[in-house]
Amino acid sequence: MTSPTLLIRDLHLAFGGYSGRVEVLHGISIHIRQGERVALVGESGSGKSVTARIVLGLLQMTRTARIGGLIAFEGQDIAKLTPRQHHRLRGTKMSMIFQDPTSSLNPVYRISEQFREVLRRGVPDIERTEADARAADLLADCSIGDPERVLTSYPFQLSGGLNQRVMIAMALANEPSLLIADEPGTALDVTVQAQTLKLMRELVARHDTAVLFISHNLGVVREFADRVYVIYKGRIVEHGRTADLFDDPRHPYTRALMDAIPRITGGGIPEIADASDTYLAPIIVHEGCAEPEVAP
Amino acid sequence: MTAPLLSLDSVSKVFKVGGREIVAVDGVSLDVIAGECMAIVGESGSGKSTIANMILGVYPPSGGTVSLRGETLPARRTRAHRRAIQLVQQNPLSSLNPQRTVGASLRLPLDVHDIGDNAKRWTRVGALLEEVHLPADFRSRSPAALSGGQRQRVAIARALACESELVVLDEPTSALDVLVQARILKLLMELQRRRGLTFVFITHDLSVVRNIADRVAVFEKGRLVELGSVEAIFTDPSHPYTRSLIAAIPVVTSEEQALKESLTQKEEKIDHS
Amino acid sequence: MKRTVAILTSNPLSALGVVLVAAVVLSAIFADFIVPFPEHRGSVVDFTNFNRAPSWQNLFGTDLVGRDLFSRVIFAYRISLVLGVVVLVIAVPIGVTVGLVAGYLGGWTETVLMRITDVFLSIPPLVLAMSMMGLLEPTLTNGMLAVTAMWWPWYTRLVYNITRSEKEEGYVLAAELIGASKPHLIFREILPNCVPAILTKMTLDLGFVILIASSLSFLGLGVQPPTPDLGSMVADGAKYLPDSWWLTVFPGLAILVAVFGFNLLGDALREILGVDQ
Repeated sequence: MTSPTLLIRDLHLAFGGYSGRVEVLHGISIHIRQGERVALVGESGSGKSVTARIVLGLLQMTRTARIGGLIAFEGQDIAKLTPRQHHRLRGTKMSMIFQDPTSSLNPVYRISEQFREVLRRGVPDIERTEADARAADLLADCSIGDPERVLTSYPFQLSGGLNQRVMIAMALANEPSLLIADEPGTALDVTVQAQTLKLMRELVARHDTAVLFISHNLGVVREFADRVYVIYKGRIVEHGRTADLFDDPRHPYTRALMDAIPRITGGGIPEIADASDTYLAPIIVHEGCAEPEVAP
Repeated sequence: MTAPLLSLDSVSKVFKVGGREIVAVDGVSLDVIAGECMAIVGESGSGKSTIANMILGVYPPSGGTVSLRGETLPARRTRAHRRAIQLVQQNPLSSLNPQRTVGASLRLPLDVHDIGDNAKRWTRVGALLEEVHLPADFRSRSPAALSGGQRQRVAIARALACESELVVLDEPTSALDVLVQARILKLLMELQRRRGLTFVFITHDLSVVRNIADRVAVFEKGRLVELGSVEAIFTDPSHPYTRSLIAAIPVVTSEEQALKESLTQKEEKIDHS
Repeated sequence: MKRTVAILTSNPLSALGVVLVAAVVLSAIFADFIVPFPEHRGSVVDFTNFNRAPSWQNLFGTDLVGRDLFSRVIFAYRISLVLGVVVLVIAVPIGVTVGLVAGYLGGWTETVLMRITDVFLSIPPLVLAMSMMGLLEPTLTNGMLAVTAMWWPWYTRLVYNITRSEKEEGYVLAAELIGASKPHLIFREILPNCVPAILTKMTLDLGFVILIASSLSFLGLGVQPPTPDLGSMVADGAKYLPDSWWLTVFPGLAILVAVFGFNLLGDALREILGVDQ
């Protein structure tokens, strides 16, 4: 059996601050195989975004962060990578999409210049004209009607939805094997968000890209992911295939989350009890979703 | 039919930006009946925030009138006008002064409008906190020591302090987690019932609207495109934009999915890009 | 409070700032009880002991008329601190009020007030003080006036910028919609949010006011003899370098300690009060 694209095993994270040590992650395990779309869903402060930052190697530089556990990317332990090697992975084999597309793009450069930078990370000696042609192709793949106009624009001249698509095109430009998407589209209008997700889903399917999809929105997760991990206060509480988990949520916390979501079919706002101890009950793993026994 | 509490009569708003004129709201007429929850729904650029600001008197309309109980509200609102309409903002982190205690923020409306006996105002602040299910001793706390949901409860208590009939809720739960959102919505409904409040609920979240509003006004590019009861809007929306909005909502159950699909079938020909 | 202690103990420089400032302020307050020769602050002449190198009896040595330099340095701190406090007590309220009003009201008020502020800011502080002292008598009062005249615009700039961003915050809108008056919005809602930044700047500035005052008296334009002043001590002693080095070195070090201490404390305060840079 080949190793999964991303394997996180027993990941711990703590911050040492003025007020003592704060435990953020209490040993979480996640795996994503090639071409799989896996969601990590939780409320703010649950630890979902820091997990992404650790995988990207962005938190390791923080002096107060204490990280334990294993993260293996395509079978290789990322703790054994030098910061330089890790840096080389980002934007090539491993890429990311952030929440707010407009602020993730640099306002002082045209899209074409930013795109060239991205492509140079994959092919350092790519010709300017070749890069621009490739960028135009990639934008066209993202259902952007007039890539030429977009390329010569600055990010602030484009709508949020267009910028989001540009971000997706850039993230997939170097054929990454893992895409990390942190709350994509949250800053956009619902209609634009729906189109963006649909587009992203088609593209990653076509490129067979594995996705770690970080979100607080269960509805979005249901429409995008194959498998779901529910995270609460730094612990994974439930893990299952999307259909199973949504049809039959078993963990008390997942159930509370599901109940709390207002339905478009009506039924009113449910009574939600205060945070209960049962939310911290042990993880429930649905059938056929065990963590792989791979020793990298 | 009873006379409306709040009435917008062909209200429009034009902003001048760098020599260009941008029509944010274009000839909107809308009545809000006392005791109802009227949802104002739309995406960015729909004009829903501009409408809220004109109701609140942050700025006057460029054309048309806003009236309360038949009285046209002037561009410069008096203190009494201010008292009559209150606001709950989206972000409770910024809507409470970080350098003042919860008690000081809640006392302000009582002091400004001279509500109740001066000596008893501190007690009254405690009662307001209890009304939003917070302990009275939160008076002496700083907003920084509160969670997002608790801060939003304080903001709601402050809107209640003026004893106004009309409360504008501007995306009151969109900055909150879903569990907290459910509790805050529950609280708002309870307060509306108990105090007979009228809500103008500004939001982009139709699934919330479905469960809290009585009537829905859908806005697109500054125009009111559909107005109807919440039942009608969700079972048989007549405007294509309304249908596309509902179809775009990410949902969590198969019943909801079925509802969405039944709407998109009506929608087949329309491209909403 | 716990956080304050944690920040102070985790950063040795912050702790040093607290220690230095406490030493300077306490010695200035209790100068009469600390120094061996309190009467040497005035015009005492003791030719039997003049120009002595540091010893156990005279820690910093003695000056050209036999006065104990240590005693004079400590008393000079008192003068410097009083000067610094008076300058800030006058300059800060003026500067802060102008900044708040300009930032909140905007429009013409803002244009006029901020251009006046810019004019003051464009004149180098020492040059303005020197020309004022040249026109007027070089007395302590005039010195303070000059320094105050150059100091308030910095607070205007600081508070103006904070006000411009704070007035967009939801809490200001909330108070406005409740019906609160403009003075309430400006002084009760916005001002408290400027206080951390103002306090931090005041602490930093105490050091700088001492430095400027010393510079003025170094040039002979500030505190007049026989009142002890660090700047004039350095200036007087400079003529006798390197032989009578203590005449210059100790007053100079004293200036350094005060300025350095207030700077470190200012940085610590910035962190404790959470002021953004």
